[in-house]
Amino acid sequence: MLALIYFYTLAFVLVVAAVGVVTARNPVHAALFLILSFVTSAILWLLLEAEFLAMVLVLVYVGAVMVLFLFVVMMLDVNVEGGRGRFTRYAPFGGLIAAIMFMELGFVVWWRNLGLPVMETPVPHDADYSNTKELGAVLYTEHVYAFELAAFILLLAIVAAIVLTMRRRPGLKTQVVSEQVKIRREDRVRIVKMEAEKD
Amino acid sequence: MITLTHYLTLSAILFSVAVAGIFINRKNLIVLLMCIELLLLAVNFNFIAFSRYLGDTSGQVFVFFILTVAAAEAAIGLAILVVLFRTKASIDVQELDEMKG
Repeated sequence: MLALIYFYTLAFVLVVAAVGVVTARNPVHAALFLILSFVTSAILWLLLEAEFLAMVLVLVYVGAVMVLFLFVVMMLDVNVEGGRGRFTRYAPFGGLIAAIMFMELGFVVWWRNLGLPVMETPVPHDADYSNTKELGAVLYTEHVYAFELAAFILLLAIVAAIVLTMRRRPGLKTQVVSEQVKIRREDRVRIVKMEAEKD
Repeated sequence: MITLTHYLTLSAILFSVAVAGIFINRKNLIVLLMCIELLLLAVNFNFIAFSRYLGDTSGQVFVFFILTVAAAEAAIGLAILVVLFRTKASIDVQELDEMKG
């Protein structure tokens, strides 16, 4: 019963935060709402006994990705109040699509299992159960190739982000080391022979 | 008790809100990226709920990889955004029509 109260409270906060992300006028507010929804999801994942992923969500998402988002939002200095309205003419259409999609998902989730036995709630793990240990045991054995591929994707993301944002400004005075190293004496020094002047 | 249906319904609501957000927000590309993050969060919810109720860790491993790819996607997306803002001085979705798509 207590778990159910927790669940409904957190679910309410999560949905409100998600609606806040979608409808916030200021992108900084949207980013902060997204942080709230990530933290709430992490707590809900703790209810599902996925402790490792809940911690990863807080550390990686709130700690790194959302900070990056906030950094970009604040750096870009986007004018918040545009001349045009915030919502486009697609807004009613988008709401319709979302409603249809929700009804379809609800059909799959609710309608189809009417009369069928609901999947039983699993028994909670013991107090000394380690989710991290269990996840690591399969991650480094069964899924090791996928794990290395994920590492490669992260490397690729680093390279891509740097290549995309690095630029050479024309007229910028910088030191070109290769030019300095390959210079020879003849290029710089000119020996002029001339007669000594006799007065 | 909390059943699987509770989690699946919550995930469906989250997914629908994010899809609506993608349609609604035509002003700001950053909010669009945030909506994609919300979509991925909704999908991760399904994976973790099924992983718990079926007693199979594979779902959690899958979420792990989704988180990795989503982080990479966010980094590259924001890098593209910065370059876009540098060249056009705007991230309004409605002004990005050079490609006449």
